[in-house]
Amino acid sequence: MPLLEVENLTVTLATNRGPGDAVRNVAFALDRGETLGLVGESGCGKSITALALMSLLPERARIAGSIRLDGRELTTLGEDQLCGLRGDRMAMIFQEPMTSLNPVQTIGRQVAEPLILHKGMTRAAARERALDLLDRVGLPNPAARLDQFPHQLSGGQRQRVMIAMALACDPDLLIADEPTTALDVTIQGQILDLILDLVEERGMALLLISHDLGVIAETTQRMMVMYGGSVVEAGPTAEVFARMAHPYTRGLFAARPKLGPATETPLATIAGVVPELADLPPGCPFANRCPLMIPPCNDGLPPPLPMGPDHISRCIRARELVASA
Amino acid sequence: MSAALVEAERLRKVYALPRERLTAPAPQVVAVDGVSFTLQAGRSLAVVGESGSGKSTLARLVMALEPPTAGRILQSGRDLAALSPGELRRARADFQMVFQDPYGSLDPRRTVGWTIAEPLSALTDAGRAEQRERVAEMLAQVGLRAADAEKYPHEFSGGQRQRIAIARALITRPKLIVADEPVSALDVSVQAQVLNLMRELEARFGVTYLLISHDLAVVNYVAAEIAVMYRGRIVEQAPTRALFDRPAHPYTRALLEAVPKPEPGRTRRRRARAEPAGEIGTGCSFAPRCPFAIDRCRVEAPSLRKLETGHAAACHRAEEVIAG
Repeated sequence: MPLLEVENLTVTLATNRGPGDAVRNVAFALDRGETLGLVGESGCGKSITALALMSLLPERARIAGSIRLDGRELTTLGEDQLCGLRGDRMAMIFQEPMTSLNPVQTIGRQVAEPLILHKGMTRAAARERALDLLDRVGLPNPAARLDQFPHQLSGGQRQRVMIAMALACDPDLLIADEPTTALDVTIQGQILDLILDLVEERGMALLLISHDLGVIAETTQRMMVMYGGSVVEAGPTAEVFARMAHPYTRGLFAARPKLGPATETPLATIAGVVPELADLPPGCPFANRCPLMIPPCNDGLPPPLPMGPDHISRCIRARELVASA
Repeated sequence: MSAALVEAERLRKVYALPRERLTAPAPQVVAVDGVSFTLQAGRSLAVVGESGSGKSTLARLVMALEPPTAGRILQSGRDLAALSPGELRRARADFQMVFQDPYGSLDPRRTVGWTIAEPLSALTDAGRAEQRERVAEMLAQVGLRAADAEKYPHEFSGGQRQRIAIARALITRPKLIVADEPVSALDVSVQAQVLNLMRELEARFGVTYLLISHDLAVVNYVAAEIAVMYRGRIVEQAPTRALFDRPAHPYTRALLEAVPKPEPGRTRRRRARAEPAGEIGTGCSFAPRCPFAIDRCRVEAPSLRKLETGHAAACHRAEEVIAG
């Protein structure tokens, strides 16, 4: 049995234009020691998927489908039981190390909090353990940092503190939502190395959310591409990059400016904009921006087509697309 | 020879931090530490560096939004600090800014037309009719419709708002646009549209950019020259091609090597390296992280020195770094 099993997950949010499905029929499984990447642009549903896994959705959100952690259904658990799981069996690293730490509490106290809460440690023991954790995540001079406040640390250092907090109770599942977006590439490299070392060392499962295809390519074993709330392509990371069986995946890839000789040709763009949740079409969500669109694309959400071992694409023209290039 | 568009001479900016003790002097942070550079018209310059390296402070100094603690800035030969407030105001029509956050930098209660026209009404004598005409022209130039002038910012997407911000910056026909992370808040697909637009406008209006960014691939696309900042100083400056082909500072090299590349079957080459403690003393501020550091680096800070035409680096071992 996999550690995490998600089936038919649909999340409906109340937007100011009426209800909209932010996540539509998403299904995946994740085992211990596995790394899964989730790519997409803002509004595609990747962060809402993560929040649904942690049961941290906004109050008026409705959730359908099933999320099982170690066989235990999470969608029907009460808040008390969820509080026992969050920070203990599953933990999350948030996007902004600048705003997700408490500015008026010391670093030591924030890292020790889950230990006192979940493991019943005494303050002294938890502080001792917090020191070990800060040392493990490579924070320089950890003993002095225990009594400092977040504003006294740089962005990279704060993200290390966030990781130490997430790891405090040895979670089975670690969700990292754009953990390095605010950092420069050298610090980004260090943080990703650290997360991967810890995944290997402790056999955690990792769900890594990023908009950066490069980060996903170098860090994860399997990946999913989301657009308009649906997973439009999924498979082993190497297979997805080798085939790119969905026009949106190709569009994302072509649009990034690259290092290397500068060219006179303009960057490839994807025409149009990401649709609003309340306006998602009944058919393929990418259809109105897609260069390959044909009338049947609007008939309904395309079914997942198998493209290779474990590799699917929700594009009715995926085979032509792969054959053409 | 005509004067350079911008000449910065030994700029220094020091901010005071809140006092920690009543008796001790307030601690200070040196955001920009002796930065000099020249920006020639038509040679857009990008300033790259991590957050906290002083690049945004540098942009604010060039825009004369804050006075430098020491040093001076000449724009087309004029010292901005020597101008009277009225003269500075008129001079501002020549240099305009585009900010990072397209949501926070447009007034939500003003129409887009009003926002785009504001630099004209504030800095020039243009009349109403001329303003309307210029707004319509600018909207067309950035790929929006003339009718969009009547709308409010919330009716536009992030990429469209950044186009509006660019239209506002361009309307006074400035020679220089300072763009502070203009695309980092945008999605990849939209980012490409804005970058293409910036390049087109450069060719069409002869505007020169001072581009502030942390993303090397973005600056590669727009800039003719790149300056790399680390802890308040320029550690390397070179034409874009030379910087990418022959990085001469170990920090530039680390930045280039760390860019993740989306290629199948590539996995991270892991470097087990903890972040070192912050004590620098008198030496090079990069020395604690530097694989090339020798004893000399820890006691003597290197100054920016010329290596080849247009290419300078602040590293004692720059020749060896270039050689790899």
